[in-house]
Amino acid sequence: MKRLLSFHAWLVFAFLYLPIVVIVALSFNKSRFGVRFTGFTFDWYIRLFSNERILEYLTNTLIVAVVSTVVSTILGTLLAVGLVRYQFRLQTALRYLLYVPVVVPDVVMGISLLLLFDVVRDAIGWPRLSLFTIILAHISFQIAYVTLVVRARLMLLDPTLEEAAKDLGATPWLTFREVTLPLIMPGVVSGALLAFSLSLDDFVVTFFTAGPGSTTLPLYIYSSVKLGVSPEIHALSTLMVGITILVLLLGTLFWRKRA
Amino acid sequence: MREAATPWERLRQVLLTIGPGAFWLGLFVLIPTLIMLVASLMSRGSLGQLVPPLGLHNYLRFFSDPLFVEIIGRSLWIGFWSTVFIMLLGYPLAFYIAQSRHKEVLLLLVVIPFFTNFLIRVYAWIVVFQKEGLLNGLITAFGLPPAELLPSTLAVYVATVYTYLPFFVLPLYAAVERIDWSQLEAAYDLGARPIRAFWEAIFPQTVPGLFAGFLLVFIPAVGTFVIADLLGGGKVTLIGNLIQLQFGSAQNWAFGSAASMVLMAMVLLGLWLYARTQGERGLDKLV
Repeated sequence: MKRLLSFHAWLVFAFLYLPIVVIVALSFNKSRFGVRFTGFTFDWYIRLFSNERILEYLTNTLIVAVVSTVVSTILGTLLAVGLVRYQFRLQTALRYLLYVPVVVPDVVMGISLLLLFDVVRDAIGWPRLSLFTIILAHISFQIAYVTLVVRARLMLLDPTLEEAAKDLGATPWLTFREVTLPLIMPGVVSGALLAFSLSLDDFVVTFFTAGPGSTTLPLYIYSSVKLGVSPEIHALSTLMVGITILVLLLGTLFWRKRA
Repeated sequence: MREAATPWERLRQVLLTIGPGAFWLGLFVLIPTLIMLVASLMSRGSLGQLVPPLGLHNYLRFFSDPLFVEIIGRSLWIGFWSTVFIMLLGYPLAFYIAQSRHKEVLLLLVVIPFFTNFLIRVYAWIVVFQKEGLLNGLITAFGLPPAELLPSTLAVYVATVYTYLPFFVLPLYAAVERIDWSQLEAAYDLGARPIRAFWEAIFPQTVPGLFAGFLLVFIPAVGTFVIADLLGGGKVTLIGNLIQLQFGSAQNWAFGSAASMVLMAMVLLGLWLYARTQGERGLDKLV
């Protein structure tokens, strides 16, 4: 039984890694077409780095991810604190609203925002589809994830710690800054990291809210793939997979050290 | 405990914490959905713009045309079977990881594809399935003629299973980690055979994780347009592709909005059924 389980597991892992290994291998393949390995080369990487547009798309991707993560982390953390600490009317409605960006398919989220931007632009001539609208769209789904992650952390917290601070005469703001925030920091960091990676990964919502001049890396990959398979995309993919692995490894080491 | 703050003070605090986030969600989640609802009742103008008259015509057209009903059916069908395959692959894997001595490493191995860019994961299957790709390399090595594997429904299935497999394994693993194994011992003590003992003592404990994993995979699998677009070509049209087409080349935003409302209604119906069986707490588990 154990053997069967382990055989199954390695088959699944082979399935998970086969395509990634193929891409990495082909990114060093001299031949432009096919999978026959005709020789080792760095040509595709050199071509990739001499493509100035790639750098622009990377910058766009990072601008969107950084700005949207900062805003959504602040708004989401505050929202989580309020939802856990206070009872108020419409709280249930707000909780349900929070699930919407998580459960509604990306394509619906993307086109509803496209409609919003279009309606508002018709009315007041602004905003044009651009990096700005992509950022607004990303924040809109990130807030939900940040809030839910931070809220999970807050619910594990001992409320007497905050009460103690208040009894000692701390103002609500001081209590939040000196007691609550440090205690929920791991949740805030996890939420921010999740928001950041959701932004880097997002294609569908970006696709509908991007305008001319606001191409991101996923949009670029999509349009290149539509034109046909190319070794430069192999190289770009390999780099992105490499960065993913590196970040995950560093993250794991970091959390283990703290634990 | 200290006296509660004055009502005004409390209102101020609620508004300071909840206000900005609630405002944002209202402006960028609630209002767009309402606009989409109104747009779905409008008509397409000569330039593709949204114009009156308002009515249910888009929905009537959607449900009276066998083509669109077939698209819905196909989306649900492909989503359902992809999810079943994912469960078959993922369920034993979660147990294997939970019982392994190298849990952390194995989890990391599941998480790496999970965090790898979505488009790269889809693209990887183009590389495997293309005319001169890996699969045809194998086929021709056996002396067979190369096959046309792209576009195909098979490719859509494989890529969908591949893309969403980690989404299933992670929540299920969390459920398996919490299993109370003493119940298995008890089942053995009562004379149950291994299969019966597993079925009666262990499987029920994983059911909430199974439900959560099912929804986490089924919803995006039904709603996606990218996988079918890149690997299914024009052959495999799902509801996501239909929506994209209406907002793209077809320029019929009213009809596209109606199709989106239908997709959204299907998702909400699924969640409602889930909440009825698992309670609202179950919704939290999804995230």
